[in-house]
Amino acid sequence: MMILFLILWPLATALGLYVLRPANAKVVAFASSLIELVVSLLIVIQFRDQDAAMWTYQVPWIPSLGINFSVGMDGISLLLVLLTTGLVPFILLSSFKMPNQKSANFYALVLLMQMALVGVFTALDGFLFYVFWEMALIPIYFICLIWGDESRVPVTFKFFVYTLAGSLFMLLALLFLYYQTPGNHSFDIHALYKAGRELSTFQQGIIFWGLFLAFAIKMPIFPFHTWQPDTYTVAPMEGTMLLSGIMLKMGFYGLIRWLLPLVPLGVKEWGFTAIILSVIGIVYASIVAINQKDFKRLIAYASIAHVGLISAGVLTSSKLGMQGALIQMISHGILAFALFYICEIISTRSNTRIITSLGGLRTSAPILTTIFVIVILGTIALPFTSGFVGEFLLLNALFQYNMILGAVGGLTIILGAVYLLPAFQYMMLGKNHAPGADIADLTRHEKIVLYPIVVLVFVIGIHPDPLLKISEVAVTDLLEVFSTFSANVK
Amino acid sequence: MNALLIVCGLGFISLLSEILNFKKGLHAIVIAGLIAAALMVVRDWNSAAHYFNDMLIFDQFAIAFSCLIMAVAAAWFCLAPSYFIGDSHQTDRTALIAFTIVGGIMMVSFNNMAILFLGIEILSISLYVLAGSNKESFFSNEAAFKYFIMGSFATGFLLMGIALVYGATGSFDIARITEYLAAHSDELPGFFYVGLFLMLIGIAFKISVVPFHFWAPDVYAGSPTLITAFMSTVVKIAAVGAFYKIFAQCFLPVQASFTSTVIVIITLTLLVANITAVYQNNVKRMLAYSSVAQVGYILLGLISDSAKFEGPLLYYLTSYATTSLVAFGVLYMIESAKGSSSLEVFAGLYTKNPFAAICMTIALLSLAGIPPFAGFFAKYSVLSMAVDGNYIEMVILAIITSLIGVYYYFKPIMAMFGQRSDDRLYFSPGQKLIIGALTLLIILMGLFPDSLISVMG
Repeated sequence: MMILFLILWPLATALGLYVLRPANAKVVAFASSLIELVVSLLIVIQFRDQDAAMWTYQVPWIPSLGINFSVGMDGISLLLVLLTTGLVPFILLSSFKMPNQKSANFYALVLLMQMALVGVFTALDGFLFYVFWEMALIPIYFICLIWGDESRVPVTFKFFVYTLAGSLFMLLALLFLYYQTPGNHSFDIHALYKAGRELSTFQQGIIFWGLFLAFAIKMPIFPFHTWQPDTYTVAPMEGTMLLSGIMLKMGFYGLIRWLLPLVPLGVKEWGFTAIILSVIGIVYASIVAINQKDFKRLIAYASIAHVGLISAGVLTSSKLGMQGALIQMISHGILAFALFYICEIISTRSNTRIITSLGGLRTSAPILTTIFVIVILGTIALPFTSGFVGEFLLLNALFQYNMILGAVGGLTIILGAVYLLPAFQYMMLGKNHAPGADIADLTRHEKIVLYPIVVLVFVIGIHPDPLLKISEVAVTDLLEVFSTFSANVK
Repeated sequence: MNALLIVCGLGFISLLSEILNFKKGLHAIVIAGLIAAALMVVRDWNSAAHYFNDMLIFDQFAIAFSCLIMAVAAAWFCLAPSYFIGDSHQTDRTALIAFTIVGGIMMVSFNNMAILFLGIEILSISLYVLAGSNKESFFSNEAAFKYFIMGSFATGFLLMGIALVYGATGSFDIARITEYLAAHSDELPGFFYVGLFLMLIGIAFKISVVPFHFWAPDVYAGSPTLITAFMSTVVKIAAVGAFYKIFAQCFLPVQASFTSTVIVIITLTLLVANITAVYQNNVKRMLAYSSVAQVGYILLGLISDSAKFEGPLLYYLTSYATTSLVAFGVLYMIESAKGSSSLEVFAGLYTKNPFAAICMTIALLSLAGIPPFAGFFAKYSVLSMAVDGNYIEMVILAIITSLIGVYYYFKPIMAMFGQRSDDRLYFSPGQKLIIGALTLLIILMGLFPDSLISVMG
């Protein structure tokens, strides 16, 4: 029942905001997201993986077609739900003092997005999963279209068509599996699992690509990434945060929940190719990032690089990779949020995001600089930061999978330093390139947003165990199933 | 049957109201009459009623579809008071619309080729006049003329086809024809197939599928917008219903002989209509092509499994009609305020009138097949049946063309939200109410599709 609350509550608030349009919509939205966070924390406290039945909820939705409104949580879902419910309040809070105040519709859309995301992370029915998957796309498209920068119209449209194209092939793959289920057919995840695992290697390979395409576009993996830098750049700050902080995790979640256990032989057959694509993405995006002049665009490319490593880790289908991916998803969400927020703070105060026209901001904004450096060090995975735990596990998994790929993937840390540190140096240290461009330091409001993030970066970095524990049982179970069914190959 | 009489009566009442001078209440009378007629039909749900020596049969299919026709017509009347008010032709127009509905009901309840023909003609002749009802507009006259010429041509094909089928099977009666075909499927004369294909061409004209669609964009764009809305909802339901009754029920025993032709028609319809729609700068014209394209998806479901398609067909048509009413309704209001239906008038609608923009967006998203709106589930059920029927390549084609569809459906959305505008646009509360209610229906139907699909058992 609590899961149902997590899905319906943001929806209810969003509708309320749209219909009643209160003057202080942002406060209402923020309060709503806090309640959501509290409920999800309550779930974390009570959560035991053993009594799984407690964490599912099912009612018939379209019984004649075997479609149920079936949601449930295991440790993996819980971590991602926690990321969603935890990050949305921060995203809302960060928008409070921005110069462009947004209307009630904006906050309604953000909450709708939250509902769809929680839905994606908990759906246990193929059809429901697809519906939530698409529903997440609509609000973010409009957030970017209405509140985005100059060239938003064509850019956001490209984003929409790209992701829609991917998900239509996912729908086709799911439909094909649906008709493999016995009797009157069913979209239930276990029925689909069973049907998928009985297919031949060739068929599983086709399903693999149908699903992988959708997930790869969402993350995005090279060469399906072309929508991403433009969209991240023109989207309003909150939109970028939602996209990179939470939405791209839908792709990984898809890999973990809807690909590995569904077509184990397909993964066995094609996983290596997919990992190579991911690793190419790491190197490619890092090199492109080095040459970026716009800091927001630089972070966008950095995101592609990090995403490549996570996807490679998941596809190794090892416990290390999976756990590393989960922790890295959380860490990446937090750090991406912080980076985009800092980027927005700097660019609204100095009216530019071009790295070379900034400089020497440290003298006028020491606290901002300190926080900025912590976030950057977290992003390039310095020990004792959250980024380190995830990347370490992921690289370890990749090494065990294949030495060469591991070595190439390891470049992500080095290249991360290569593109982030000089940018930081240029913007914050050294001479002030544009005289008179001193900026004010963090306001109290901004400190309230950023301090908890810094604390989280360190807490997760030093003591990641609690998070790892949440997902451990689920990951072990999943891999056990995976190895049983992928070992069946002749 | 009673419904048929009531709607006929409504037509005569509207003609009399000119003489007896009670034009003021006419609009309300018609709406009430339609609702009453619909309720009357539903009462017979569990017992199929036969009339005139089985020439008309009100079975569940006929009841469901004639109810849908009347309900949509009633909603259309609520949306369209301005088409009737302030004009000296109120009564003629109301009567013509009522007779169109009569024709529509006959087209979904016939059990005899003669009734089919009568239904199509009653519907078409009224429509020819309605298409030209904006007498001062050059385009409206053109539309009426074009529609009339093309329509009568198609009728000729249909009639010739019926005659040949009669010659081969010895009956006008649908049930008897089916029986005969089932019993003699391998000894049918060649001219039976000629008749069948002539009928296919005739009805394909009426449901406007490629390559028999040439009249549709011009007629849709030239007619008064509200009449276009009527044509793409009520008339479409009736025509598709007739197509289903003929080709999925009557000619079911010989389905193999025309399946490949229908597949060619579907392929052409999906490709040509969707691609041409991309190049339209006039939203009305774009919606016309979109309406052609939608029939392509419907036919895909029909060839996949005609027996199981009744429920999804009803759902598809209901969702399409609801969505079209919203889209055309908003378009009409903008058009009457701005005097144009080109894409430019949509620029910045979100700042001008957020309510209209959001309703229009939901309608367009539904047409494009984006969940959770009704249009998504309609398309989904068609694709699902096609996957089941092993038409995988058609499914991939349908997916690609619906991506093309996203391109043109999003043009107005991008204009509405992507640009900003300073002036405002006001809708009357009545318009807001009906458009809002229909939009809500799109969402509800998308969320609870089972309630409608399972109606057809």
